[in-house]
Amino acid sequence: MAIWDVPNETIPRDKLRDLQDERFAAVVKRVYEKVPFYRERFKSAGLRPSDIRSVDDLEKIPFTTKDDFRSQYPFGLFAVPKRDVVRIHCSSGTTGKPTVVGYTKNDLDTWAGLVARFLTAAGVTPDDTAQIAFGYGLFTGGFGLHYGLEKIGATIVPASSGFTERQLNLMNDFGVTVIICTPSYALYLGEVAVNMGLAAQLKLRVGCFGAEPWTDRMRDSIEAKLGIIATDNYGLSEVIGPGVAGECSERNGHHLFEDHFIPEIIDPDTGERLPEGECGELVLTALTKEALPVLRYRTRDLTALHSEPCPCGRTSVRMERVHGRTDDMLIIRGVNVFPSQIETVLLEVEGTEPHYRIIVDRERGMDTLTVEVEVSAGIFRDEMKAMVALEEALLARLTNTLGMRPKLRLVEPKSITRSEGKAKRVIDMRKG
Amino acid sequence: MQVPQISVFLENKVGRMADVTDVLAANDINIIALSVADTSEFGILRLIVNKPELAYERLKKQGFTVMTNFVVAVEVQDVPGGLSKILRVLTGAKLNVEYMYAFVERGTGRAALIFRFDKEQEAIKVLQSAGVNILQKVDIF
Repeated sequence: MAIWDVPNETIPRDKLRDLQDERFAAVVKRVYEKVPFYRERFKSAGLRPSDIRSVDDLEKIPFTTKDDFRSQYPFGLFAVPKRDVVRIHCSSGTTGKPTVVGYTKNDLDTWAGLVARFLTAAGVTPDDTAQIAFGYGLFTGGFGLHYGLEKIGATIVPASSGFTERQLNLMNDFGVTVIICTPSYALYLGEVAVNMGLAAQLKLRVGCFGAEPWTDRMRDSIEAKLGIIATDNYGLSEVIGPGVAGECSERNGHHLFEDHFIPEIIDPDTGERLPEGECGELVLTALTKEALPVLRYRTRDLTALHSEPCPCGRTSVRMERVHGRTDDMLIIRGVNVFPSQIETVLLEVEGTEPHYRIIVDRERGMDTLTVEVEVSAGIFRDEMKAMVALEEALLARLTNTLGMRPKLRLVEPKSITRSEGKAKRVIDMRKG
Repeated sequence: MQVPQISVFLENKVGRMADVTDVLAANDINIIALSVADTSEFGILRLIVNKPELAYERLKKQGFTVMTNFVVAVEVQDVPGGLSKILRVLTGAKLNVEYMYAFVERGTGRAALIFRFDKEQEAIKVLQSAGVNILQKVDIF
């Protein structure tokens, strides 16, 4: 299988280490000078940039969290003047305010190159026609994959999300060979393809899936339904977007692009670094980002790292597929949802006691989010008109805050089980 | 002038209505009239009972979401066109009916309607001046 960037992806590990040391010292110096937030952090930790000489000093640096993005909303973490920022993307935050990320022209080029790496590792070539069924917008998935595919020279069908039958007709008519979407949507596409009688004639051969966790069982199912090789890739907008890591043809973990990101695995409770191979929270430091060089970002994703050599020839460490989260974030159709966002909306609607329950399920391969809200005496009316208006108001606010339309059910009080005085807020019924 | 009505929020689930009527039965409360408004997910059960305070208190104690409000009870002639006549009076005054339901008084055998109006005082005035009999209390015997 081809490798996109042979010099950097097969760099000997000692040379990689030298490159990381050099880039790390430089990025630390740069954020200290350009980002007041980091300067303050360093000062409170009694650190000066000159204390940081190599990657060995990484652990001296305090963590950066999603809360820091919130407190620095919108551009406080940017390390370049606004005029050098050529693109903004967002992901949802824990309390309504989105997490804002920015890119310079060089960042976009770096990003496209990293996406090209995992696409090439997945087997995508310039001869391919690739359909992107990620939404094009603030979410990094659509544009991130778009520019990576363009870099490779594949033919892009920028279908964006939704309209499943149209997606399949485009694939059929244009001879699409690569599909880019979430794994759950791929499953659904497979089912609809069968129903439309198109499954056998589609030319699809590779799927590049990301933005949500999935299992081997789901992979098998997607591969059987669509007749493709299904590959996983990893990334998050705070660090760059898709393009942090991706699977090669060995499919034995994701190659993490260490010349651009330093990974660490920590115990999420103590913050202590864990030995190689142990599962913990992934922490990433971006070495080459210009607009938003984040140091020791706590991803909240649980995984493990392995450094044994991979037969594919790439020399980077490999991370296991993400096993879960350290917080209560849900990923629904690729969109990040925090239960606290739902709670905030319910509190805003006058009289609503925040007795609610979130049920996540998967119907026909598509994630569904149902919010159950208990109807208390404070919001109950004898007129159906008033109840329907309440339902609509809640639904509109939830849709606006979450960036997706949930289902809403008004339920009787106490129908939501409370255990040990604390309600179980989230029920995730999705099965791999 | 107005009669108390009990409203109960119910999920569309098997047996929920029976749970309400069980509470009423256990407390010797008689239902005079009822109506249900529902969507596919939930319903609002509205009741006129002989002991509204007790019904409210007991249902609430059982964990139901329950409320009391006052509705207008109107006598209607039990002949073809009886209801039409009343609705024409309201229509003529451009008064909107939120909901209504009918019942027959046990003691007198009179047909009666429960009305919930948007503009209640105005509706009562208009009905009275048209000679419609507004029931002062609903005869429960």
